[in-house]
Amino acid sequence: MTADLGYGMTLIALGLAVYGGVAAGIGARTGRLAVIESAQHAALGVFVLVTSCFALLTYAFLTFDFSVRYVATNTNLGTPFYYRITGVWGALEGSIILWSWMLALYTIILIVRHRVGARELYPWALATMLGILAFFLLVMTVAAPPFQRQVPVPADGRGLNPLLEDTGMITHPVALYLGFTGFTVPFAFAMAALITGRIGDTWLVLTRRWTIVAWYFLSLGLLIGGWWSYHVLGWGGYWAWDPVENAAFMPWLTGTAFLHSVMIQERRRMLRLWNISLVILTFGLTLFGTFLTRSGIIASVHSFTQGSIGILFLGFLALVLLTALGLVAWRWEAFRSEGELDSVVSRESAFLLNNVLLVAAAFTVFFGTVFPLLSEAVRGVKVSVGAPFFNQINVPLFLSLVFLMGVGPLIAWRRASLENLKRNFFWPVALGIVAAAAAFALGVRSLLAVLTFATTAFVAVTIAVDFTRATRARLRVGESLLPAMGGLLLRHHRRYGGFVVHLGILIIALGVMGSHAWSVQTETTLRRGETAELAGYRFRFDGLTAVEESNHFKVVGAFTVSNGRVLGVLRPAKKFYPQEQAPIAYVDYRLGLREDLYLVLGDFARDGSQATVKVQVNRLVSWIWIGGVVLTLGALLAILPERHKSA
Amino acid sequence: MSRVAIAVLIALVLLGSTGHPTAAQTAKPVNEDLVHDIAAQLRCVVCQNLSVADSPSEMASQMRAIIRERLAAGESPADVQRYFVDRYGEWILLSPPRRGFNLLVWLLPLAAVVVGLAAAAALVWRWTHGHRGIRPPPVAVDAAMSERIRRELEGRS
Amino acid sequence: MKRLRRWLIPLAAVPVLVLLGYGFRVSPRDIPSPLVGRPAPGFALATLEGAPLDLATHRGKVVVVNFWASWCYPACYEEAPVLERNWRGYRERGVVVVGVDIQDKREAAVKFVGDFGLTFPVVQDLKGAVSVDYGVYGVPETFFLDSQGRIRVKHVGAVTDDVFRTTVDRLLAEAAGP
Repeated sequence: MTADLGYGMTLIALGLAVYGGVAAGIGARTGRLAVIESAQHAALGVFVLVTSCFALLTYAFLTFDFSVRYVATNTNLGTPFYYRITGVWGALEGSIILWSWMLALYTIILIVRHRVGARELYPWALATMLGILAFFLLVMTVAAPPFQRQVPVPADGRGLNPLLEDTGMITHPVALYLGFTGFTVPFAFAMAALITGRIGDTWLVLTRRWTIVAWYFLSLGLLIGGWWSYHVLGWGGYWAWDPVENAAFMPWLTGTAFLHSVMIQERRRMLRLWNISLVILTFGLTLFGTFLTRSGIIASVHSFTQGSIGILFLGFLALVLLTALGLVAWRWEAFRSEGELDSVVSRESAFLLNNVLLVAAAFTVFFGTVFPLLSEAVRGVKVSVGAPFFNQINVPLFLSLVFLMGVGPLIAWRRASLENLKRNFFWPVALGIVAAAAAFALGVRSLLAVLTFATTAFVAVTIAVDFTRATRARLRVGESLLPAMGGLLLRHHRRYGGFVVHLGILIIALGVMGSHAWSVQTETTLRRGETAELAGYRFRFDGLTAVEESNHFKVVGAFTVSNGRVLGVLRPAKKFYPQEQAPIAYVDYRLGLREDLYLVLGDFARDGSQATVKVQVNRLVSWIWIGGVVLTLGALLAILPERHKSA
Repeated sequence: MSRVAIAVLIALVLLGSTGHPTAAQTAKPVNEDLVHDIAAQLRCVVCQNLSVADSPSEMASQMRAIIRERLAAGESPADVQRYFVDRYGEWILLSPPRRGFNLLVWLLPLAAVVVGLAAAAALVWRWTHGHRGIRPPPVAVDAAMSERIRRELEGRS
Repeated sequence: MKRLRRWLIPLAAVPVLVLLGYGFRVSPRDIPSPLVGRPAPGFALATLEGAPLDLATHRGKVVVVNFWASWCYPACYEEAPVLERNWRGYRERGVVVVGVDIQDKREAAVKFVGDFGLTFPVVQDLKGAVSVDYGVYGVPETFFLDSQGRIRVKHVGAVTDDVFRTTVDRLLAEAAGP
């Protein structure tokens, strides 16, 4: 019953989306407003239907409606209330609903915001959005239907993947999908620009904030994903260069490149072709990411189901790429733009360099991710491309990018005079060198660490120099300090939002460097009462306890931790779920600004007489999360609506 | 049988090879950093994308113990790595060895950077040398900054 | 010519799409073992009853080495009767089946052996050394050794009557041949 109702609504939504897409296209060609309005109504209908589908599925989860197969496979009577809600998007079918719902939501926002302002581009953008939405609804009806009847209705369901029983699960996928789907809007406008031939700057201005919004959510999703990985997966790290992580990281890289190159086009009317290509690439990569996640062609810790959905996604990816790039080729002549520049040393060059490096990093990640396939196709040999490879190739690229973060915002447009360089970069360079020397003097011997300190100090000082200079300019005209600084942030929120994001990245860079260079670990088997030591911490094994939870069984170890004085008891555990063969590690940790103490329970004797424990002292990891918060705050500042400058 | 009872059963079956802790017991002390470095290059065979160093699985813990034992027996890190490659194939290495076809995965990203830089350089060259005749007057002060200050002041008034 | 060159842009996407399409034809979980064709690593472990078992003593026979665990449900539960049936059927012809229990607990393994009435020797690989020697990824995996002690076939997943018989018959025929 529930299944049929949901399936019926999905079918109608699909019909409406197809109709709306076609109508918007016809309306755009003929210019008939009535047709466009009809497409808008269809879009509204789709939104209402998809929302109802989503609500219906949530209701089915909350009421344990096992007549719906998806509910029966992803929940059971023991699943706590909270995870019955997040369980809605815990697996493939539900995540497609969430995705479709967000797309529908973005479509509505697009209609509300741009219906009036963008006459020529808007109908084509709407048509593109609805076309993409139609594809996802097609997936929802054909390849991965969330509403399928389960006959006979089981007394109990199978249960959610235990790794997903975590608070991160509500926010991580939601943020990530908002980011992924968010890039659909810039893509839709880029397509509209290509179709109408208005490849000037209108589409760019229209989508600038959309892009920042999508970028903001994507960043947030990646950060929460890292946090989830760190405290749930129990391997002591936050980023494994897993294909699925890479899939989310690639659009972030190209999206970041786009955010920067946009400024060149806005300022100097250059790089039009490049910008449109970046948007197409970014959107293509979000689809590629979903394809990678869902097709099962590349092995990944995120073991998702496979099936016809992979082929469907590949077909759609092909359609999107060939159409979009075909349009680019078709409009080739229109892209001839004459740029001019007075000196090689200029902000334009710095931004170009930034784009080259970001896209090269994205390419590295892409090529490394698909290389096992290539190797198998060419040599017939299976190889792996993992963290050591990606770190080795990407670290120099990222370090160079961090360095450019300092150069780009302060160097002059068109031509940087020697005076400009001296004025802006004397102190940053000097303090960068001081930082390197200080690190060396304090005993830091890793070249990477010294370089990271020097670069981050350099960039931080450039930001400080710019901010103090601008504040001084305001003070000179008689403002007092705090209003001057606040006004600066608000009035130039895009520029200073960007600076705050840069600061966040600097902090993250320090955290990443610290955790790589200075973390230590050990693994040891302790008898009850025995003590081991690592990096000044002593931890004593006090025994095991068994705990029964509503849907699993837990064996908890107790370890008293001290470093001279007792710091507390850490309780890492292993959780046994009836639906899983292998136990799930449940880590315990003590977070700190300088270092985290991180315990993973290993093998143990059943009588609790001894246990193996993996202990890690992870240095500076907390700064990654702090940097993440700073970064997202900066992005929020940049998103603030433009204040109309009325003089 | 209730779910939890099943889970308890599985737990009992699964765990604790009583009295036989598998990991971290060797006679001669081995440099743990070395063990970690070797393990970090090996792919955990049961978890697909984590390294043997990182994985919390039992198989990985046994593999770490084997690394420890082999080092204690006097093998070089390269020997230990070769031992695993002999058993599992190149697949077990998390970064493909730099020879033959694998060179492609190492060199193509570098090539991409070089080509990208060359293209950017060509573009900048065209921009700086493409326009004939009229040149705007050389900018003496930092134009962006002065304009920003100017706009700022206008905005205030 | 120059006008046509721009159409290379969309064409650039084609090889990538083809490669991804190729991905559907291969499985990432299906990794060939480099050990096939090479001499089987030797091992000497204690059986569940405590008797010593050395693989070397079975040299000259066709040996089936089966890696399993009591927690590996359902595959190991499916193949246990198959192994027992064929061990009984072939032991007269000089075929040996050796079970290697990995990542398991003794009591559970004993119970498993009792439940299925397994009569072929079963050893326990407590430290995982033998599993790694054989390049085992998971359970169940089965290695078929010829009379020269070389690994000839590696089978991943539950063994069926058909797989067992065709493989062992072939290896026996080879041993009897010229």
